[in-house]
Amino acid sequence: MKTRAIQYVVLIGVAAVFLGPLYWLLSTAFKQPTQIYQWPPAWWPHLTWENFSLAWKAAPFDRFFLNSTIITVIGTALKVVNAVLTAYAFAYLRFPFKKILFFAVLGAMMVPGHVTLLPNYLTVATLGWINTYAGLIIPGIGSAFATFLMRQHFLTLPTEVTDAAAVDGAGHLRTLWRVVLPMSRPMLITVVVITAVEEWNNFVWPLIVTNTASMRTLPVGLLILKDEEGLAAWGTIMAGTLLVLAPMLLIFLIAQRYIVGGITAGALKG
Amino acid sequence: MSIVDLPARTHPDERTIADGNDQRKRRRRREYGLFALLVAPNLLVIAVFAYWPIIYNAFLSLTDWNMIAARPKFVGLANYGRTLTDPAFHKTLWITVVFTGLIVVGSLVIGLALAFLFNLPLKGRGAVRTIAFAPHILSGAAVATIWAFIFDPGYGLMRALIEPFGAEPPDWMNNSDWALPGLVIVYLWKNVGFAALIYLAGLQGLPKELDEAAAIDGASTWTRFRSIKLPLLAPITFFLLITTVIGTFQAFDVIAVMTGGGPGDATTTLSWSIYNEGFQAFNAGRAATLSIIMFVILLVVTTVQARVMERRVHYR
Repeated sequence: MKTRAIQYVVLIGVAAVFLGPLYWLLSTAFKQPTQIYQWPPAWWPHLTWENFSLAWKAAPFDRFFLNSTIITVIGTALKVVNAVLTAYAFAYLRFPFKKILFFAVLGAMMVPGHVTLLPNYLTVATLGWINTYAGLIIPGIGSAFATFLMRQHFLTLPTEVTDAAAVDGAGHLRTLWRVVLPMSRPMLITVVVITAVEEWNNFVWPLIVTNTASMRTLPVGLLILKDEEGLAAWGTIMAGTLLVLAPMLLIFLIAQRYIVGGITAGALKG
Repeated sequence: MSIVDLPARTHPDERTIADGNDQRKRRRRREYGLFALLVAPNLLVIAVFAYWPIIYNAFLSLTDWNMIAARPKFVGLANYGRTLTDPAFHKTLWITVVFTGLIVVGSLVIGLALAFLFNLPLKGRGAVRTIAFAPHILSGAAVATIWAFIFDPGYGLMRALIEPFGAEPPDWMNNSDWALPGLVIVYLWKNVGFAALIYLAGLQGLPKELDEAAAIDGASTWTRFRSIKLPLLAPITFFLLITTVIGTFQAFDVIAVMTGGGPGDATTTLSWSIYNEGFQAFNAGRAATLSIIMFVILLVVTTVQARVMERRVHYR
């Protein structure tokens, strides 16, 4: 009985460690400035929206939000389409040297993204894509891991179904759209959600490839807000931070099952 | 099963329809064409933005270029010579190793402990597991910003936790002794839930018989942990070790937001110095040299992983 009690204390402690910073963020974002700069700290805010309007005045957060949304939606769509088409081709079609090509796709996972920053910046500059949506999106739409996950999943589908579709005269694209994808819904959702989270959180690439406020994304805009406002405006900064986090927290709460499933599948299948 | 050995699934019309040689050839050509069409966009992006950068880096690392002059000046291996003998580079490498080491050990130990906790029959454990994992999918820049405020020596949450013990709160991010440990705390807070999740999946997949038999034979909880569970979890530990090393080597957003490599060079890791050389000092040759060094280090790590995985695959 005593051990059980200790276990519950530890469990509550763990919850506090992970919730504490998030509560600190949430409460500060809604606190009045005088409450933020008082000691001991106020644990409960006198609710105000002031920090959000201050953040909006300090930096074009509506523009950041728009840019992040565009990049996340289009980038995710293109990357997932790439993954699905490539996975289908490798699972269902014949091609000479297919094995080597598949290794070439998987091998991209061995290239650490950070190592590609400088050359990709120069490539994008050559293409004239600096500070454009194309420059922000295109370099990231190549898919190796998602392709791998999708292909492995396609190979577990029963052949009878795709065979039946072919016998009924369905072409490959029709089979993919009408038979294979509907049977792969959970895996597809997993891939979409994980990709979208990555796109939204991406930091170093948008930092490098954009150079005007109108093209910044939320995470980069946040860094600029923090550097400009400094230590005197934590309320404003926390309001901005909340804007960056809230959409992903929401998606996490809704699609948690798929994210967790995809991540453990990726790990345990190695 | 190796991942690429699986046979292709032929479209059944290849097999069922007995047509002439010509028709079969045409059909096959059409299939090749479709394959190329489906795969080309992905392969093109991968070639240009994942493989070409390695070659481009290798070339740039042999040059001196400020990215403004019309063309890079060829300098041979001078960049490598200078970098490898530079005390500042040695310090950067050391900081990277310490940072990575602390995070690897922290993630594995705390992650395993949390996994055991979440595996106990406690009410609410699922919710706490979710809460602990949530920071993993949040923006690193945003998480770092929250913690910058928490570490604020004047009005941050840390002061409220430290002061009751009669200690003075340090100025975490502006103190060269505290900045790196501060970053480690933030990084662990963000990512330890991932290790916990993977370990938990591993724990739940362990065969119960062995553990139960040992318990009947009178083995203590500690012995059972050390001699049964830990060895069975070894492949998972290994997987986490590799992924954490690769991830931490490239850690950037938390450093960029919280310290910018400082104070001084106290948190200048390899990933920060690549950014610094390339995009603040505009020294393409040096940045490319550092990129190649990082690439080689991580390539060795991944190759070791591939080798070990091939030899012992304990888990499914």
